[in-house]
Amino acid sequence: MGNMTIVEKILFQKTGRKVRPGDIVIAPVDGVMATDTTAPGALKAFEKMGGQRVWAPEKCALVIDHAAPAPNERVANLHRLMRDFSREQGIRLFEIGEGICHQVMVEQGYVRPGYLFIGADSHTPTYGALNAFACGVGATDLAAVLLTGQIWLKTPATLRLRCHGQLRADASPKDLILFLTGKVGISGATYMSVEFEGEVFKNMSLAGRMCVANMTAEMGAKTGFVHPEGLQLPYPFEPVEPDASASYAQTIEVDIGDLPPQVAAPESPDNVHDIDRYLGTPVHYGFIGTCGNGRLEDLRAAARILQGKRLAEGVRLVVAPASRSVLLDAMLDGTAHTLVAAGATLITPGCGPCVGSHEGVPADGETVISAANRNFRGRMGNPRAQIFLASPATVAASVVAGCITAPPPNLDY
Amino acid sequence: MTDGIRGRAHVYGDNIDTDRIIPGKYTKTLDVQSLAEHVLEDLDPAFRTRLQRGDILVAGNNFGCGSSREQAPVALQAAGVAAVIARYFARIFFRNAINIGLPVLEIPDHDIAQGDELEVDLVSGTVRNRTSGKVYQANPLPDVMLRILQAGGLVDYLRINKTF
Ligand code: SF4
Repeated sequence: MGNMTIVEKILFQKTGRKVRPGDIVIAPVDGVMATDTTAPGALKAFEKMGGQRVWAPEKCALVIDHAAPAPNERVANLHRLMRDFSREQGIRLFEIGEGICHQVMVEQGYVRPGYLFIGADSHTPTYGALNAFACGVGATDLAAVLLTGQIWLKTPATLRLRCHGQLRADASPKDLILFLTGKVGISGATYMSVEFEGEVFKNMSLAGRMCVANMTAEMGAKTGFVHPEGLQLPYPFEPVEPDASASYAQTIEVDIGDLPPQVAAPESPDNVHDIDRYLGTPVHYGFIGTCGNGRLEDLRAAARILQGKRLAEGVRLVVAPASRSVLLDAMLDGTAHTLVAAGATLITPGCGPCVGSHEGVPADGETVISAANRNFRGRMGNPRAQIFLASPATVAASVVAGCITAPPPNLDY
Repeated sequence: MTDGIRGRAHVYGDNIDTDRIIPGKYTKTLDVQSLAEHVLEDLDPAFRTRLQRGDILVAGNNFGCGSSREQAPVALQAAGVAAVIARYFARIFFRNAINIGLPVLEIPDHDIAQGDELEVDLVSGTVRNRTSGKVYQANPLPDVMLRILQAGGLVDYLRINKTF
């Protein structure tokens, strides 16, 4: 011990080996998850590997979230494949409407601080919010974990992002992470682990931390960690902190005290600018949800702005809560009522239109303002639509005005 | 592993994301041919018709960024792409390609042009440009990746070895 980054420390705890960036390790996995986009291929690969039983059913989860409920017969049959497999293997299956894989894994305690977690989805690094080394893989890698309980990994170098100052009342964790993604760039952290440090994180909610860790995927990172100081979880845990003399491949210092609301303009999540530049751009469609910003505090921020208002003429708003539990809370505290009364369409907890499978594909020439994390061309199912990324508050303010609009300065996210 | 890959280069730029390799709306399937039909369609609708089986895709920085969908390398492989060369790859794409047995080579500096005739030797990691006469050296693969590629992918590797 003494000079390790968080990722090095977790790998040390898992393998008993002191590792350095570039070292290859074969490590035991604490939890594994696949979705309806990746599980069907993984299950097929598992079978072809000669797999009979998964290595530890209680550590595995399958989630039907990307196209749920099934939009067509093809997807319906893939869902059935997952249901059959989970029954045969005694694995927990999260059904349609239970929520987005990443939200469900955190809510249900499948991932905890210090875990090595492998998910067959690129936003798995979201769990760095709770101090876990979580890494996204594809279907065949996932099948190998199901079979062996192990994965081979190259120890990543670490990029440290130190933030100075506190966020303004009208800036949210999403504005912060959009800003940082713009700074680092879409490939600036390729193969790396990212550590977020600074005062701003100490009081940040779990939801805010998840929003931040989520977009390390958009920096090309293998994983990311929000410094665990101030992290609150409903169970006791031992935080994994970096050593004071840990060595970083790079440290970027940023001042965030004056950060205004941010937007990522088409067609890349790192095409980030202060909102000023796009104020007044007409929008047709707002989307609030995803593993980035579909949690209760996000829906509440939108509801505070939509309270007693209506969507602008010709503008629609789709809201997909990140999980059933988020939806239930939003129903109980009136948030869901406020949103729907303002004209929002509330859809099944899950990925919704984020990846263009269903539930709200934009038309040719339309502009979407979205609280998601990706705006590549074609992302929402139509390459002739354009997508701006922003915080839920900015999305809400924009669908009321009919054009890109900053949230009120006294919002207090 | 397929030795002696030889084919024409199809050259594209930086940051080609997985949504451009295969749009998310087509990925909910186990039918690889249906993936091949839409490969790179938002980037270059003519790619499919120009591509001949055994050709080589060449790209700049960060090829395959974005989602974890293994359908991206699968779509390329099913369409007939024999290998992908890039200055560097997004990490999940890189792993996925090796895992399905699609050779990927990282060459940080190259000047391969559209239509160049290339010859790839995976064991030595060299790429010979038969059009220009130049030879490029790829970054060496970690040993475990080379073994997986030599077995034809992770499925066959684990079917034979049962563990890593
Ligand atoms: S909400 Fe969007 S980004 Fe998150 S897991 Fe679902 S499809 Fe992926």
